[in-house]
Amino acid sequence: MQDALLKNSRIKWWEPLLWLMAFTTPWLFSQHALIINEIAIVALFAVSLDLVLGYSGIVSLGHASFLGFGAYTAALFAKWIHPDPLLGLAVGAAAACVLGALCSATILRGSDLTRLMVTLGMALILFELANKFDGLTGGSDGLQGVVMGPVLGRFEFDLMGQVAASYSLAVLWVLFFFARRLVHSPFGATLMAVRDNRLRAMAIGVPVSTRLAIVYTIAAGVAGAAGALMAQTTGFASLDVFALERSADVMLILVIGGVGWLYGGVVGAVVFKLMHDVISSITPQYWTFWMGLFLVVLVMVGRERLFKPWTWMDRT
Amino acid sequence: MSELLRVEQVSAGYGEAVVLNDISFVLAEGETLALLGRNGTGKTTLMDTLAGATRQHGGQIFLAGKTLHTLASFQRAEAGIGWVPQERCIFKSLTVHENLTAVAQAVRSDRGAHAAWTPERVYELFPRLAERKTNLGTQLSGGEQQMLAVGRALVLNPRLLLLDEPLEGLAPIIVQELLRAIARITREEGLSAIIVEQHPQAILAISHQAVVLDQGRVVHRGSAHTLASQPELLDQLLGVARA
Amino acid sequence: MSSTTVVLQTHGLVKRFGGITATDHVNLTITQGARHALIGPNGAGKTTLINLITGVLPQTEGRITLEGADITDLAPHQRVRRGLVRTFQINQLFSGMTPLETLTMVVSQHRGLGSRWWQALGQDTAVVERCGQLMEQFRLTDVMHQRTEQMPYGKRRLLEMAIALACEPRVLLLDEPVAGVPAGEREELLHTVSALPADVSVVLIEHDMDLVFEFAKRITVLVNGAVLTEGTPQEIAQDPQVKAVYLGQGEGAHV
Repeated sequence: MQDALLKNSRIKWWEPLLWLMAFTTPWLFSQHALIINEIAIVALFAVSLDLVLGYSGIVSLGHASFLGFGAYTAALFAKWIHPDPLLGLAVGAAAACVLGALCSATILRGSDLTRLMVTLGMALILFELANKFDGLTGGSDGLQGVVMGPVLGRFEFDLMGQVAASYSLAVLWVLFFFARRLVHSPFGATLMAVRDNRLRAMAIGVPVSTRLAIVYTIAAGVAGAAGALMAQTTGFASLDVFALERSADVMLILVIGGVGWLYGGVVGAVVFKLMHDVISSITPQYWTFWMGLFLVVLVMVGRERLFKPWTWMDRT
Repeated sequence: MSELLRVEQVSAGYGEAVVLNDISFVLAEGETLALLGRNGTGKTTLMDTLAGATRQHGGQIFLAGKTLHTLASFQRAEAGIGWVPQERCIFKSLTVHENLTAVAQAVRSDRGAHAAWTPERVYELFPRLAERKTNLGTQLSGGEQQMLAVGRALVLNPRLLLLDEPLEGLAPIIVQELLRAIARITREEGLSAIIVEQHPQAILAISHQAVVLDQGRVVHRGSAHTLASQPELLDQLLGVARA
Repeated sequence: MSSTTVVLQTHGLVKRFGGITATDHVNLTITQGARHALIGPNGAGKTTLINLITGVLPQTEGRITLEGADITDLAPHQRVRRGLVRTFQINQLFSGMTPLETLTMVVSQHRGLGSRWWQALGQDTAVVERCGQLMEQFRLTDVMHQRTEQMPYGKRRLLEMAIALACEPRVLLLDEPVAGVPAGEREELLHTVSALPADVSVVLIEHDMDLVFEFAKRITVLVNGAVLTEGTPQEIAQDPQVKAVYLGQGEGAHV
């Protein structure tokens, strides 16, 4: 019985292999290091959304608020205070945590619909604030000229992007396993209880509002870390980090990869980014059509049957 | 009495799982059938199958000679099936009166001289609902929701009532009234009913036929009156452990 | 401990929804070790009263005390922490979890481990053992790996009760606990409840009068939101007013 419970949290055999392979990719496929970096960052962002959406049942169309806040904070920190990447990462994540803690008050009440609107609104507000304070943020031109120091004092960011990709992958790995620990713990179980039946969770003594606020803060921090990585590895931050498309894309990624499963964020990020890259190199103007078609088929047929086209027309 | 429902070798379940096997029985017009069995033996599955809410894997169902098993749920309601599921499923965002009027069907031409079931008659049967006419579904207590679910099935002017645990959660005085009402309706108006209940004695008293299920199969079929007078057999069939 | 120690009390509890008075100055007193039943016609306000006592609904007027302490302003989860636990008339379960996961989670939460994020669920052996005990007690061992949404109704009802007992209640409020549970298992379920230690006080809402008269030592009758009368099962069974509004003249009038 204990075995059955612990089975979920034990590390599967293919996990170390997967991560090992992931870490070698920037060196094996050095010409693709840039996209590998992007995939790692987006995967981290998706994992952070999965914590709130998949595991806690909080719908959010504005998760990019934290991505952007972390990005701008890290960029400004590097530019004006200290160029060390890890320090900047910590500051960006911490700033996003604070924002998350403040915003958590807004998502506790109301229905899913109100939560969608409130989170969307928050991202729009931040977008405009960043636009307005263009002296600080560079406004619509973006914050440029962010020069990073070497990671851990030794690894300089190279033009190929290999160091950047390895750095992002390392951060993804650490935060992924932190999230993994979290969701398989009693704390994580109570979050899923809140998601499945809020009324009953209260009736067994779970302080629902506090738990939701905590997970929202943590997820904000993780998203902020992803944003910091983005600013640090690309050397700038622009307003589109707050854009609706970012929040929407990350939701799509979870739909593709699977909600309520941490690897869903990773898988979804890989598939989404690769599809985007491949399709838009074939047909730059119409890649959204193909992406949309893929999503419609995926949602109607279901992930399990996607690879068995002969089952698509069956009635469930 | 003419035949109303014919169930022939029906096997059914949810999705791929097969819960019911080779179920056969016949119900005449104006007859009440008590459907008994321990929990998990398939009583609700059988009700769901008759209502069209499960996947039927085999067998046939005929209502008054017409094929029923190929029809979708809403077509079966039109054909005369009045279903009260175990979970009630009343329309929560509608008021009591709206629940009753949204689905009310015009009186059937083949009902002869019998008075049609209208919301007013339902209010006579359940005065509590009349008091709560403008309450939303969510503002009703559990028992009131139950009464509304039964009333809603009645205003469909069905030929066959499928009642899945209709007495659950009702006050004893209401239970007596409802049982009397069901007995009267089936006797006087030629309405047939299949009733699933956890209290066999109460239902057997107003039923003509009794069918007992075990693990998805029929293990007993016969007169309800006879079964009611054989408590040891009843206990054995229902697997009730008595000291 | 004296058997007349009061563990739960409501003082002039009132709840109004717009023009409707759902709870009308209810004074309910539950003593230590009580086996107390709350009966009344459908819509009398029994579940509303439970909702008020557990804090799910805010009261319009009145106060509630638990073991002497005023809990009127406490949030629902805080009342649970003090030992006031309830079950729901319609199953409120966690659809995506199995009974094993559900009960392990509840026990963890109850033992204060609910905020532990670094330990895996199931690592605490004592918690898992307790979970196993509960599953055996409620005949859930054979479905322990099934997701709740796939379990048959009767088993779900058992899980509903198991969850409440996993919170180790001092005062247990049961809202129609045997609804949907077959005849043979009903008595068993209620025996489990009756067999709870004497320091657990139980309040039961039920319509099955056989069970009520077997289980309860004291009965309160609620009609239209107010207490009609209160007494021993014999007194209630013979009360003409109760017969008129609730029991009827037939099988309901027992004892």
